[in-house]
Amino acid sequence: NLSDKTIKLWKISERDKRPEGYNLKEDDGRFKDPNNITSLRVPVLIPMDLMVEASPRRVFANAHTYHINSISVNSDNETYLSADDLRINLWHLEITDRSFNIVDIKPANMEELTEVITAAEFHPHQCNTFVYSSSKGTIRLCDMRVSALCDKHSKLFEEPEDPSNRSFFSEIISSISDVKFSHNGRYMMTRDYLSVKIWDLNMESRPVETYQVHEYLRSKLCSLYENDCIFDKFECCWNGNDSVVMTGSYNNFFRMFDRGQRRDVTLEASRENSKPMQVLKPRKVCAGGKRKKDEISVDSLDFNKKILHTAWHPQDNIIAVATTNNLYIFQDKVN
Amino acid sequence: MFPKGTKRKFSDSGEEPVSSGDQSPPAASSAVARTLSSSYSLQRQSLLDMSLIKLQLCHMLVEPNLCRSVLIANTVRQIQEEMTQDGTWQIMTQALAAAQCPADRLVATEVLCRQTDAAAQAGQSPKPFSVVGLEEGYHSEEVVMEGDVETEVTMSTLSPVSPQLSSASYLAGPFGMGPCWEEEEEDGECEEDEEEDSEECVSEGEEGDRDHLSEDSRTGEQVFGTFEIKHPAPPPDPALEELFSDVDPSYYDLDTVLTGMQAAPKMGPYDLLESLSSHGPTTLSSSSSCRSDLNELDHIMEIIVGS
Repeated sequence: NLSDKTIKLWKISERDKRPEGYNLKEDDGRFKDPNNITSLRVPVLIPMDLMVEASPRRVFANAHTYHINSISVNSDNETYLSADDLRINLWHLEITDRSFNIVDIKPANMEELTEVITAAEFHPHQCNTFVYSSSKGTIRLCDMRVSALCDKHSKLFEEPEDPSNRSFFSEIISSISDVKFSHNGRYMMTRDYLSVKIWDLNMESRPVETYQVHEYLRSKLCSLYENDCIFDKFECCWNGNDSVVMTGSYNNFFRMFDRGQRRDVTLEASRENSKPMQVLKPRKVCAGGKRKKDEISVDSLDFNKKILHTAWHPQDNIIAVATTNNLYIFQDKVN
Repeated sequence: MFPKGTKRKFSDSGEEPVSSGDQSPPAASSAVARTLSSSYSLQRQSLLDMSLIKLQLCHMLVEPNLCRSVLIANTVRQIQEEMTQDGTWQIMTQALAAAQCPADRLVATEVLCRQTDAAAQAGQSPKPFSVVGLEEGYHSEEVVMEGDVETEVTMSTLSPVSPQLSSASYLAGPFGMGPCWEEEEEDGECEEDEEEDSEECVSEGEEGDRDHLSEDSRTGEQVFGTFEIKHPAPPPDPALEELFSDVDPSYYDLDTVLTGMQAAPKMGPYDLLESLSSHGPTTLSSSSSCRSDLNELDHIMEIIVGS
């Protein structure tokens, strides 16, 4: 749980039973008069409505001066990292008052600051490896065995800029908002403002796949800069077998890209437009020209309805999608 | 809203208002004029204005977003670099310098007499940053000069009401910024429908009668000002200190990032914030005429001042 600069570890538990039949207490909690107790009984657990509880278990000392953007638990299940705009710290789950700084990009003179850390994640299998992304569209892979302070990256992933698409907004839209390793640990995915990119960890020069999330926004960048939407940070996620990736967009739309079948779909998370247990209807945005029936034009998109957070169950085809005020859970159509 | 994102293209210069032949400025400036005449440069200017306002607003947040500030600052830097290559930047800084240098000021005699405040003379030195200035953000004024000088110079700035600037939605009206405003006119004349007496100028140290300035926003009162949004190193404004007293010291670093604590020799994006004034970049239509007019006005100034 990231609350700006404090990290808390919570235990989430479900309770669906409660004890009944205490000897010394009434069911409502009042204490019985011991003089009136004439027999003993064993309390029993009886079912109750499911209750989900969250209780804080650890609070990790304030080791961050800037807003935390990522937390990632290591594959060793003992350590985790936390990243803010300028630093990445390494923690032990059991030790709350100490952390080790492993990346620090703060310049001596803050006026020289031109790049910040935007996301970080541990490799799913190699507990010495992690990556972090930047506001300039680069990803650095670091190996903690090399040195205590991972100032020098082992690999630098960066795609050369496309000169034909150059504008004053190029840097802003190249800023990476999320980075996620694939479950098999061979690829990583990055999300920038307009696209999702899949990188092979063995190739630093360019991504192996690029998917356009909402390319129709490219001609609206100035307006999106004006209303600050261009700074929205979208997450992305893999499905369990790394064959499909998903990310959010505006108008409560979210997008899925099937890597193998080269298909993509746009769906909407909205109570008005679909009922529970109803199969979601694919959406289409009309980028220009004549709008077909059922298509939505770019100008009628609601930029206040943004889906920034999405998650995919690690094994099953169940997804969670967060709109501004609601959390939607979707699953595969059950035949 | 803009019809499209700003692209690095120079549009056709058909709207160029001046021919290169009868201007004293060198040919380079007419090439510049061609550039400046394009809607591209207008969009670029608007983008610059918008970015500077955003940077300022970033600064005013209780919990500033560093990533966003850095991205906006980089955008400003990019624009600045491109404008430097165009030569547009030089024109703008010259206009700023002209306005800041007392000798070149276009001031009426009586107003000249009022320039007694030492702060005004200080020109480019940092001035205390008031809380009010903080809230008011960033002022834009349109300055119109005319008089004995035949030409009419429109030093348009980042005025929200300039007809050529298509998007004014983000400039929510005039903001005052900083304490020093002076009124300047050419030979005591000013073109106008303004209510105020042209003599009525905001004296140094006044935040700016906001009302006075609001009326000015349309046309009018020729008000040049040197205002800055920098934190002074010494002495700190007590109101500001209080604002930030319980903030993590690292936020002072952020302040440095956002406001450029000390004047750096080169004009970075943070320096631009400091040198922003009502007489910002000239409009596209009058840029080169403005420049030549500055020369003429300099000449006239010399006569007036008797130097």
